[in-house]
Amino acid sequence: MREGGPGAGGARLLIVDDNKVNRLLLARNLELQGHAVAAAENGRVALEMLRRERFDLLLLDMEMPEMNGFEVLEALTGDLQLRDLPVIVTSSLEGMENVVRCIELGAEDYLPKPVNPILLKARIRASLEKKRLRDQQKELVRRFATPEVAQDLQESGFALGGKRVRGTVMFADIRGFTTLAEAQPPEETIELLNTYYTLMFDAISGHGGIVSQIAGDGLMAIFGAPLPLADHEDAAARTALDMIEMIDLFNVDQAAAGKAPIRIGIGIATGDMVAGYTGTQARATYTCIGDTVNLAARLEAHTKEAKRAILVDGATRAALLGDIAVDPLGLVTIRGKVQQVDVFAVGAGVL
Amino acid sequence: MAADTPIDPATFADLKEAAGAEFVADLVGTFLDEAPRMLDDMRTALAAGNVDAFRRAAHSFKSNSNTFGALGLGAMARDLEMTAAARVAAADPAPVDALAAAYARAAAALKEMVRA
Repeated sequence: MREGGPGAGGARLLIVDDNKVNRLLLARNLELQGHAVAAAENGRVALEMLRRERFDLLLLDMEMPEMNGFEVLEALTGDLQLRDLPVIVTSSLEGMENVVRCIELGAEDYLPKPVNPILLKARIRASLEKKRLRDQQKELVRRFATPEVAQDLQESGFALGGKRVRGTVMFADIRGFTTLAEAQPPEETIELLNTYYTLMFDAISGHGGIVSQIAGDGLMAIFGAPLPLADHEDAAARTALDMIEMIDLFNVDQAAAGKAPIRIGIGIATGDMVAGYTGTQARATYTCIGDTVNLAARLEAHTKEAKRAILVDGATRAALLGDIAVDPLGLVTIRGKVQQVDVFAVGAGVL
Repeated sequence: MAADTPIDPATFADLKEAAGAEFVADLVGTFLDEAPRMLDDMRTALAAGNVDAFRRAAHSFKSNSNTFGALGLGAMARDLEMTAAARVAAADPAPVDALAAAYARAAAALKEMVRA
């Protein structure tokens, strides 16, 4: 850690203690360590301050009138904005079961009173460093994930590993992208991809889906996880129709600029899958795996042969609501599948 | 600990070393302002039958006593904290009076040490 950088010194700390001598002494110790300190005399006042101002760490007494330390810990756990705030309990609480309860309620550490200043310094340093890493992780998630995934990640505490869900998966890909990319300068390709992704993300999130992965010109979207979504099959199909419509509009612009139009293929499948975070604690993506995911990817690939822009499986077809035009294409042999699959084309889009 | 040294010199020296002599002199002043109030809180809680308030006041008194090295005083307050329910049920002011007497001796010693 950089000396003098955020986290080393100069952190903003809040002390909560109903006892004036304790407050003054703790504040003095912390100020001598280079921190900015504010103090509250009970839990209620502390929570008001925490919701109003930003603090890096909370030093919490337990035995207090109005709102005690346990109640503060519970309130922090229930508050999405504050649940990651590190808390060091400083108390002369009697009984090991009380210390255990503090830790179970999410306190980072427990220091008995009178607080040893050297121990205090070490614990604060460790807590601030952990917070800095968590903040970094949150910032990464904020940049690379949708708000839904970011929130789910925060709630599940970055638990890696999956749970079984029923949902709908979509794969989309730009047709002939390699040829397109070779025919124009890379800067133009990047710009095209950025426009493309902006349009596609908008369509997907507009129908309650999330983009799970993007790679080159392909993307994978999930409907129904991490948050349940009513009529996820229909939502995915309508997203696909919107995507095609947006590409058509985009192609009008392309034509006006004297550039080649783009075409996309979309495959959609519905069923059980395992959804969750894969990766490491430092770098995780939310994704789904299972046969349903493979089938969606295969259907997307099959759009080339079927010469239709949107292909869905039977489970998706069966759950569509009303006015969506569907053409049964019959049983199709899909690469990687032993059994033939009933395939349907959605909408009028052709490739 | 011996009855004639109500303040543990090592604890008090550590406190001065960590927080500064001038600051500790002020902090002793704060304690001497607050402690009689805590004793009053204990007496009021005893009369009102309020176990929580009694325990909390004894707890704070213990905590502050230990901070300044008044370890004997802290032990007495701790005993009241741990037995708060029984003390309030008995409604006997004698243990609080004993704590107040011990406090008076510790306070005198603290004033001496601050001046020294």
